[in-house]
Order: sequence, then C-alpha cells, then structure tokens
Amino acid sequence: MDLNAIISGSPQQTSLVTTGLFYLFAIMAGGSALGVVASRNIVRTAVCLLFTLLGVGGLYFLLDAEFLAAVQLVVYAGGTLILIVFGVMLTNKSAFVKFEAKLIEVIIAMTMAIILFGALVVGILNTKFASQAMTQGTDGYPILKLGQALLGDYLVPFELASVLLLVVMIGAAYLAKGRRERSHT
Amino acid sequence: MANVLADIIPTVFQEIVFGRAPGALMTAIYGFALIATVFTGIVSLVAMFCIWWERKVAGHIQCRIGPNRVGPIGILQSLADGVKLILKEDLIPKDADHLLFRLAPYLAFTPAFAAFLALPFAPDLTFEPRLNVGVFWILAILSVEVMGVILAGWASNNKWSVYGAMREACQMVSYEIPLGMSIIIGIMAAGTLNLVQLGHLQGGGIQTWLIFRSPFALAAFVCYFIASLASNKRAPFDLPESESELVAGYHTEYSGLRFSFFFFAEYAGMFVVGGIQAALFLGGWNDPFGLIGYFYPVLKDAYVAHPSMATAIPVLLLNFAAAGIFVLKAMTIIFVQMWLRWTLPRPRIDQVLYACVKVLLPASCVVLLGAALWQLLVPEMPGIPWVNYKPWRFEDWANQGATAALVSQVLLAVIGVSLFGSLILWIFWAFISGRNLKQRLTDPAEMPDAEPATV
Repeated sequence: MDLNAIISGSPQQTSLVTTGLFYLFAIMAGGSALGVVASRNIVRTAVCLLFTLLGVGGLYFLLDAEFLAAVQLVVYAGGTLILIVFGVMLTNKSAFVKFEAKLIEVIIAMTMAIILFGALVVGILNTKFASQAMTQGTDGYPILKLGQALLGDYLVPFELASVLLLVVMIGAAYLAKGRRERSHT
Repeated sequence: MANVLADIIPTVFQEIVFGRAPGALMTAIYGFALIATVFTGIVSLVAMFCIWWERKVAGHIQCRIGPNRVGPIGILQSLADGVKLILKEDLIPKDADHLLFRLAPYLAFTPAFAAFLALPFAPDLTFEPRLNVGVFWILAILSVEVMGVILAGWASNNKWSVYGAMREACQMVSYEIPLGMSIIIGIMAAGTLNLVQLGHLQGGGIQTWLIFRSPFALAAFVCYFIASLASNKRAPFDLPESESELVAGYHTEYSGLRFSFFFFAEYAGMFVVGGIQAALFLGGWNDPFGLIGYFYPVLKDAYVAHPSMATAIPVLLLNFAAAGIFVLKAMTIIFVQMWLRWTLPRPRIDQVLYACVKVLLPASCVVLLGAALWQLLVPEMPGIPWVNYKPWRFEDWANQGATAALVSQVLLAVIGVSLFGSLILWIFWAFISGRNLKQRLTDPAEMPDAEPATV
C-alpha cells in the first residue's frame, strides 16, 4: 500500500498532502517551541520540547532526509530529552516547581529576542531556498552516499567526533566514580 | 497490485455512497481512512490475540487452564477485558499533573503503533515500502516510547511510579546500544536498511536466511533477542512493571482505558520486535524452501505485463501466504518471550544494568567485529535470489567466487536446523514419556501414607 500512490493520481494531489503535512509539522514544532518558552512548569517544558523535536523530525522526513530524521528521533527525542527530563526530575526540590522571573531579566531577554528575531527574518527573506529536496545523484537511496561520504571524504572529522564523545563518556564516568570513592562508609 | 486494491476500494465506496467519482481531497481522505482502519485493525487484533495467548500460556506453564469461559477456548476473553476496561471509572489522582497524565498513554502507545509502518508483512503488503531507513526508523521511533513511560511515572505523583519510571528509562536506554549493534550485523550482511529488500534477499531457501550468514549472525540474533526483551520491559527485565514489587510500577495510577493503552503498547511492541527478528534474521516472509522467492518474480512479471483481475489474484494470494508466514515467525518469537516470562525470576536493577554494560555490550562489540571480518574474508553472493542468480545451483555461486560462502551457509543452516529439530524432539519425547508418570501430586489416594480426610 504505497501511500503516495494511493493518494496521488496527479502531482497536485501529492503536493496537497505534502503541504498539509508541512503545515502540521510546522505548527507542531512552532507551537511547542512557544509552549517551551511560555510554560511555567519545568516538566511541561520538557514535554513541549519533545513535540518540537518530533515536529522538526517530521520536517526532515518531508525533505527526503530520512536518515537525518531517524537520527533526530534517536539522539534528540530518545537521548538528549531523556537526559533533560532526568535532570529536571531529579533536581526538583518539590513536586511541581514553577518559574519566577524578575522584571529586569524579562526586559533584557525580550530585547535580545527581538534583535535575534529581526536578524533571522532578514536572513530568511534574503536567502534563495531550493524548491525541492536535493537528491540528485543518489538514485533514491541517499544513505548509501551518506555512508560513503562519512567513511570516505569525511573520515577524519567522523573519527574526531567519536573520540570526543568517548572522552566525554570516560570523563563523566570518572567524575561520578571519584565522588563515591572519597566517602568511605 | 497494491495500486489496484488501493484505487478500487475508495472509488467504489464513494460511488456507492455519493454516486459520483471522488475528487482529489476525498481520495486523499479515503486513502488515509483505509490505512487507518487496516492499520488500527491489525494492531488491535495482534494485541488482543497476544493478551489472550499470554494468559493461556501462563496458565499451562503453571499447570492450570487459563481463560476458558468466555468463548470456545476463552478466545473472547480479550474482548471481555476490553469492554470491562472501557466501562471503568476514569480515575485521575487529585494532585497528579492532569495534562501529562492524560498525555502519557498516547506517547507510550503511538511509537509502537508507528513502528508497524515499516514491518514487511509481504513484498506488496508493506505499509510504506519506500522507507529507505526501515530498520533505523523502527529503532528511532521505539526510543520515543521511553518518554511516555517516564511521563506516566512522573505525572502520577506517586513515589513508586517514579521509581518504576526511572528504572525503566535506565534500562530501555542502555539496552538500545546492544540492540542497535546487533541489528547492524544483519544490515551489514544485506547492505540495505530497507526491510522489503531484506526480505527479497532471503528468498533463496533456508541457507540464505541472514541468521545463517555467519556464526556471528547467530550470536547477534541471541544478543538481539536478549536486548529486545529488556527494551520491551518484558520479563525477566520487567522491573518497570514488577508486579510483586511496585504494585504496577509506572502505570499504578492508571485504570480503565488508559491502562489498556499501555498494555496495547507492550504487546504491539512485542510484535514489532518479533517482526524485526523475523525480517532481519529469520527470512522475513520466505519459506525455508525458497518457493515464495521463486514464484513472486514470475507472478509479478505476469501481472505487470497484463494487468487484470486474473493476473492480480495469484499475486494477492502469494502475498497473503507470505504475510501469514511472517506473522507466524513473529508469533514464534513472542511465544518464546512468553515462556521466558513465566519461567525466569526477576533480577535487580543493578544486575540488569550490569548485564547490559558489562556482558551484552562487549559481547555485541565482539560479534560486530567478527561479523565484519567474516564479511571481508568470505566473499558473498551479490544479488537477489531467483532474480539475479539461482540459489540452488552450485555453478552460480562458484562463478562469483562465493563457494566458501555457500559451504559455510549450508553448514550453518544444517547445524541450526538440527539444533532446533533436536530441541523439538526433546520436548516431544518428554511429553510422550511424561504420560506414563503417575500424577502423584493431584491424586492423594495413590500415595502410600495418605489417609482420607476426616470431617
């Protein structure tokens, strides 16, 4: 049951579905981002962040970047966000702690946000974006090219990144273990 | 073939109900509705069947019968359970976070549901056959399920639920590593992440199944099986819902339909995991003799050359047979999982994490290294069986320099099948010889020093 074949007898039908899905994912990502900022409950912030990441993953799928979307789900939604939620849950002093921001912090943050927003809008409006996903030369199987690039042209950055992650892991394990050894009970 | 089916049904429906041909939007809606109905139907059917079967298996392992009142062999028990759960009171603890409490079951259920999208039931009966990251998609979407479980534990405002959620998060996230690494071995042997392609690759008979590709693939299968038990919160790794310790772990406060969502998620997840094992290692939809792999290209070419109902029916029948085989293989894996649940005791959480990080992870690293070396040293047979070469002809393998591969695969297949066969024979012999044993435990009159009870 080919989804596009079911739905699209013609290119107009395909783009109708694609446009609808784009708006769905974009609203999910944008609305949840708003929720992250506006929510006063820390755990709800984390949940809104989950939906933001899922929305961005969906947008990656619409751009034919399937591998990137799956990696987004595994690394961000299934890894980083879990860590964030752990940190939130284990460092809460009371059950449902709420944010209390001072007025001067709000003013500074709003100013910086407006400046950043203006810069982003100007940048986006002046960029020429591609009208469809760039998948030439991949023969419909972009992961093959991705794998060949990662282990071919970009081998050194790939290995450096993995060494960095290994160092981080070892450092974290050492720090956590060191604290336990010092207290002899 | 799939297009014939998918075009006819919505059009016929629209013409019958509204009397005119559907427009673009209505076709899209009907397409979605068709998929949603079939999708939801299959997932719910699978979950309901597994629930009934689990109780039957549990009963027979514990020397009792299990559900046998509702329906012929208790087969309608799941239906009765479903009706009961719907009719229950919707209870939310007063101090619980209402929004997150309601959200958590859906977050736990949707990933298991979405993972069905990539499962290759048959060459033409895959929900999304163009998903080029099929295996990775399943892995990715199942890691979102962790979030649902954590939220369920947290939002219940219950210490025991939070413990269950924390333990579950640790366990599921750590076991994803050996899970992924074991999957990589099957992917390496195949060269593609697309599950439909993987199925086609194993169509040449039992010696082409990826589990017999190298001895390391067999080890990878075992590693994957153990890791998938933990990833599914399935015994012996069922600490998150350890029934004897935490009441019900992270879903203690859930009752009624919300609880059934977690249950559905668990059984749907079991089927997904069993499906991956069947697709990656056990030959997918193929039978051990390569018949489906042989007939499929023949019938498909006949259909493509002359598309009509007469040529579509054989292809459809073949697809349904293939889907039946796939479901059978996935159900076998689920069966083994159920055995383990009712046989093994439960380890502590530190033992569980020890088993992951210090046993399973190094094991899967070694197996990955071994499989990679094997693949370098033993040249394999490129191409799809029956399409690019004839898998039962020795000359085809020798021409590609893949004689060593054929010999090793046949040898491993013979070893594997004989091991499995001897297990079955052993169980059969035990069953037959057990009939002669006296039932001492259930018949006290036969015991020498038994006395009739005096009232």
